[in-house]
Amino acid sequence: MNDRSIIRLENIKRYFQVGEETVHALRGVSFSIKEGEFVSIMGASGSGKSTLLNLLGCLDTPTEGEYFLDNIPVSSMGKNERSTIRNRKIGFIFQSYNLLPKTTALENVELPLLYNPAFNMKERHEKAKKALEAVGLSDRLNHKSNQMSGGQQQRVAIARALVNDPVLILADEATGNLDTRTAFEIMILLQELHRDGRTIIFVTHNPELAAFTSRNIVLRDGKIIKDGLNEHIESAQKMLDSLPKQED
Amino acid sequence: MNIGNLIKISFRALSNNKMRAFLTMLGVIIGVASVITMLAIGQGSKESIRSQISEMGSNMIMIQPGAEMRGGVRQSSDDMQTLKLEDYYALRDKTRYITACSPTVSSSGQFIFGPNNYPGSLSGVNQAYLDIRKLSIDDGTIFSDQQIAAAAKVCIVGKTITKNLFPNGDDPIGKVIRFNKIPFTIIGTLKEKGYNSMGMDQDNIVLAPYTTVQKRVLAITYIQGIFASSVSEKMTDQAMDEVTQILRTNHKLKTTDDDDFNIRSQEEISSMMTSTTNTLTILLACIAGISLLVGGIGIMNIMYVSVTERTREIGLRMSIGAKGRDILSQFLIEAVILSFTGGIIGVILGIGTSFIVKFALSWPVSIQWYSVILSFGVCTITGVFFGWYPAKKAAELDPIEAIRYE
Repeated sequence: MNDRSIIRLENIKRYFQVGEETVHALRGVSFSIKEGEFVSIMGASGSGKSTLLNLLGCLDTPTEGEYFLDNIPVSSMGKNERSTIRNRKIGFIFQSYNLLPKTTALENVELPLLYNPAFNMKERHEKAKKALEAVGLSDRLNHKSNQMSGGQQQRVAIARALVNDPVLILADEATGNLDTRTAFEIMILLQELHRDGRTIIFVTHNPELAAFTSRNIVLRDGKIIKDGLNEHIESAQKMLDSLPKQED
Repeated sequence: MNIGNLIKISFRALSNNKMRAFLTMLGVIIGVASVITMLAIGQGSKESIRSQISEMGSNMIMIQPGAEMRGGVRQSSDDMQTLKLEDYYALRDKTRYITACSPTVSSSGQFIFGPNNYPGSLSGVNQAYLDIRKLSIDDGTIFSDQQIAAAAKVCIVGKTITKNLFPNGDDPIGKVIRFNKIPFTIIGTLKEKGYNSMGMDQDNIVLAPYTTVQKRVLAITYIQGIFASSVSEKMTDQAMDEVTQILRTNHKLKTTDDDDFNIRSQEEISSMMTSTTNTLTILLACIAGISLLVGGIGIMNIMYVSVTERTREIGLRMSIGAKGRDILSQFLIEAVILSFTGGIIGVILGIGTSFIVKFALSWPVSIQWYSVILSFGVCTITGVFFGWYPAKKAAELDPIEAIRYE
């Protein structure tokens, strides 16, 4: 692990105007994340974690404060610049996978590269194949998204998040739609990626999942109430092994 | 984002929903096909009328005596004697816009050969008449200048006469037929022309030197008309003006006098007859054009629904780096692909239908290449036009809301 800072938030505030009222979603949040960290951001609904996620993912800009992603200031960027930075620097994993329907795994994974003119067809193909191999789906390259299980679909989504070699992987309740067993499998995959040196932010409302990450940030009412390193990272593999064997 | 990738993305999106894509295209297909077919049928009937007329000679000009009043009674043109051979000579020698001209005199009666007879009319003309009326010799020869000068009793006959006078299929050349008790030697036959658009048998014709008909049959010195050909169809008006000038001078008419002759051109007749089909063609094209428009609206409708239905997809694309203009281009390209493909299928179908109409119904059909290009262009433009609004809507979606859209 090195000291390269991937994310630096400086007193980020985000207000929404809802009718007459101003909603203070984030009331001054500051933290930084170094390369290779596996951070969980937790909070109940209404704590501002979705707003924070949108800001971290460059989908939204703060009302006040500055956000540096890979040392690039994002707050003042326009829509198109943010699109480009999302395409080059961030990999998204969503709760509901968001794969294109009736489309093969390979084509789904290629998608981010299609929006990057630097890659030609052959390179896209190879990178997508490699990403799918990395998530253990090398035998499912040409399966269509609707022919796959939830766990497989989420793996495709993870491969899609990896394919552009992002500096940051943003997972939004990535295990939320999966059963316990599959959820552990996905967590194992994320822990492997972490071991390989990837920077991952895992946003969840489920405090149990915090045990698997290297650092825990807890939000409440738009402020950080806890930010600490996790000394005892639980192994998802062990947890999976400890589950009673499925009989089928 | 390069255009190649966008086209690929659009194609994938469309191929996910083939049935819908096809149904959307159907409007355009029918629109384009009907525009092409309707115009082909309209143009076909116009051309068939035109060709029938030009078979009679499209640059033909007919000059007849006329407008003469005797004691307040307007005379029939056959009885009028205002056209003389001098007029024919003047037209033959002094004009610039007329390439050929022939005097005409005619007499109707019975043609007789042995036990067979057939009614017809004997036309006295010169050699140029064949060119003017687009007639051609099938067998034998046309009469010579000497025969005209000598008022020789020779004639050329059409197929109807041959068939009726020589039912056994004997060679008519050299045979002598009688007309009003005057014997005529057949020296040539004319190629078959069939019926004209007015239902007249163009093969019931016998031609003889005009001098013969004038002197030996009718015993007159005037002529009953002059047939002439202008240099080209376009020059017909100039030719008619020129003829009017020459004849007025020849007839020593004062500027206040009316013409004592009538000039009609085939061009006038043909434009009168084609104007009806023109109106019909425009009407058909309008109806077809409306169906093309409806096809375009169909595209807009489907694209509009598709944007709502694919909100999450749009959100995903935006969150992984698609810019607003990428989304706009994608949906626009989808619309254009739909209309373009629909257009191509429509063109093929339209040409196919035209040929079916041509061969199955044996209607005169003429595919207009401008209609192919026009309808194809229009449908591509409608694609862009009607695809724009839904595409714009898609591009303006907020990725945060779109990705969580249920």
